[in-house]
Amino acid sequence: MEKEILLEVRHLSIGFESYNAKVEKVIFNAISDLSLTVHKGEIVAIVGSSGSGKSLLAHAVMNILPDNARTGGTMFYKGELLTPERMNRLRGHEIAFIPQSVAFLDPLMQVGEQVVGTLGEKARALQQKAFEHFGLKQSVAKLYPFQLSGGMARRVLLSTSYVAETEMIIADEPTPGLDLKIAIEALKDFRLLADQGKGVILITHDIDLALHVADKIAIFYDGRVVETADTQTFRGDGQGLKHPYSRALFHALPQNGFNLQRCPKCGATCATWNVDEKGMRCGCGNS
Amino acid sequence: MNKGLLRYFGKTVARMLLLLVAVSMISFFLVNNAPMNAVDAFLGEAKVTDEQRALIEERWGLNKPPLERYLIWGNNVLHGDMGESLYYHQPVSKVLKEKFLSSIVLMGTAWILSGLIGFVLGVLSGVYRGTWIDRIIKTFSLVLASTPVFWIGLLMLVVFAVELQWFPLGLAAPIGKSVNDVTLSERIHHLVLPALTLSITGIANIILHTRQKLIDVMESDYVLFAKARGENLKQLVTRHGLRNIALPAITLQFAYFSELFGGSVLAENVFSYPGLGSSAVLAGLHADAPLLLGIALFSALFVFVGNLTANIIYGIIDPQIREGGGING
Ligand SMILES: Nc1ncnc2c1ncn2[C@@H]1O[C@H](COP(=O)(O)OP(=O)(O)O)[C@@H](O)[C@H]1O
Ligand SMILES: [Mg+2]
Repeated sequence: MEKEILLEVRHLSIGFESYNAKVEKVIFNAISDLSLTVHKGEIVAIVGSSGSGKSLLAHAVMNILPDNARTGGTMFYKGELLTPERMNRLRGHEIAFIPQSVAFLDPLMQVGEQVVGTLGEKARALQQKAFEHFGLKQSVAKLYPFQLSGGMARRVLLSTSYVAETEMIIADEPTPGLDLKIAIEALKDFRLLADQGKGVILITHDIDLALHVADKIAIFYDGRVVETADTQTFRGDGQGLKHPYSRALFHALPQNGFNLQRCPKCGATCATWNVDEKGMRCGCGNS
Repeated sequence: MNKGLLRYFGKTVARMLLLLVAVSMISFFLVNNAPMNAVDAFLGEAKVTDEQRALIEERWGLNKPPLERYLIWGNNVLHGDMGESLYYHQPVSKVLKEKFLSSIVLMGTAWILSGLIGFVLGVLSGVYRGTWIDRIIKTFSLVLASTPVFWIGLLMLVVFAVELQWFPLGLAAPIGKSVNDVTLSERIHHLVLPALTLSITGIANIILHTRQKLIDVMESDYVLFAKARGENLKQLVTRHGLRNIALPAITLQFAYFSELFGGSVLAENVFSYPGLGSSAVLAGLHADAPLLLGIALFSALFVFVGNLTANIIYGIIDPQIREGGGING
């Protein structure tokens, strides 16, 4: 059965304009020719190391890129062209965004107030429900962001997507800092939403986590989608994976015995595959 | 009150005292070494013999070494006696009080005017960054910022007092009217030009700071997120923008106390407004050391109180300070 397309990103490119030492305009391309499709009822995980452009993609869809960003490409939502104006009308209602860090909360506004936002009284009841759901005391609503622990802040950010009737959620690394129980709870919520026919983009740098809930996994590397694969492909022997980078990721998974792969660039055996905050680094120092 | 806050206040007061001592010392020795002689200034054209001059000097204690004189003076000040003004022939404390009352009306008006106008224009220009509104306001403030106060004052005088004759040329009240007969509207009438001139000096600074701060806030991650949640421009500005520029605006407004004092010297002189500023100049011209020192001490105190008030208000409205719980990184 062919599922309906919810969001389609075609040939997205994002560059940043700046001036170099000679006061010449230079453009740094953070994302180039990136395409991605999210069907209704689907969780698409975006996996990639830090700096690979995951957050930028989310910001581009939400139309909250900074002024000096130059974008190219087109987006479609529910089959219609997604213009910036249309996005501005959809965001916060049909499309929810869960940002990456506590810096996205107003430092001088109580967090309960922020979760409710401008959605009115009906949202207040939902905010209370969301806090209960994530094991936050109701008194937390009166706190300011600086008074929250990392895990509490994460749960507050998750709560913001609960107060709206959304068709699609874009969650930017929603789990770090959460204890396992709540992280699993949050992922279950995404699954539930997807099963109701909604769409979820789950951004993470933890491929293992993505494997647990996602239907599809898009592997990001340096502003490009290296490969989009069904989650199944990551099970078994991983031979369905096309790109060496994806295969390297696959073989590095714990359940596949932490197999060390040859570096796709230099061909030598790397001492360690290190997919961490800094990027994917190989002993050859070639990446 | 908690321990931290008490310690904070203790520290602040100690700093204030130290500052006052330093200011008093520096100004005392500056006045002492200034190429002006109080006796000459006092005598003016009158011819006196050397003995008579020596008598005056002894009477005024001018023959004692500077350090001793400083200590005597300091001791007197501590006992509430700031000496007698040579120019006004009145106790310095009385002159200070009188002039300050007249200055505070001027400075207060200018302070509020510049704060309000500066804030509103700064917010407008920040919200509509890059549009013609922003360009006009920015040009306006850059022109103001690079124009000296006395020149603005003179311009105001020429246009509004001489040409249009809407406002009087100077002073705080009509000439020849006894203090008790001066009506409120006459006072206000005399206040408008000097207050406007004085406020204009601060406005540019406040506009540009407010504008920049608002732009920073509007580009922050939390405003991006609020946008992503569907808030429109008006909601973004009122819910997040104003909230987050309020604290720096207050700090700036109180820090501007010191500039206000400096500006008032010029503005009061251009408009012959009888306040502390013009007295400071008179005291200087007439080698009125006690009054000059009194004004120096007083202005230091004034500026300090401004900063202290800012800190206290900050403590009350900043949740990071108010709610305690430690300030994270
Ligand atoms: N405002 C910006 N100006 C210039 N470069 C930026 C800006 N925002 C992000 N980038 C760059 O874009 C790249 C992708 O960033 P990001 O999407 O945050 O990565 P990720 O979320 O995958 O960790 C990084 O190299 C980052 O330095
Ligand atoms: Mg990111």
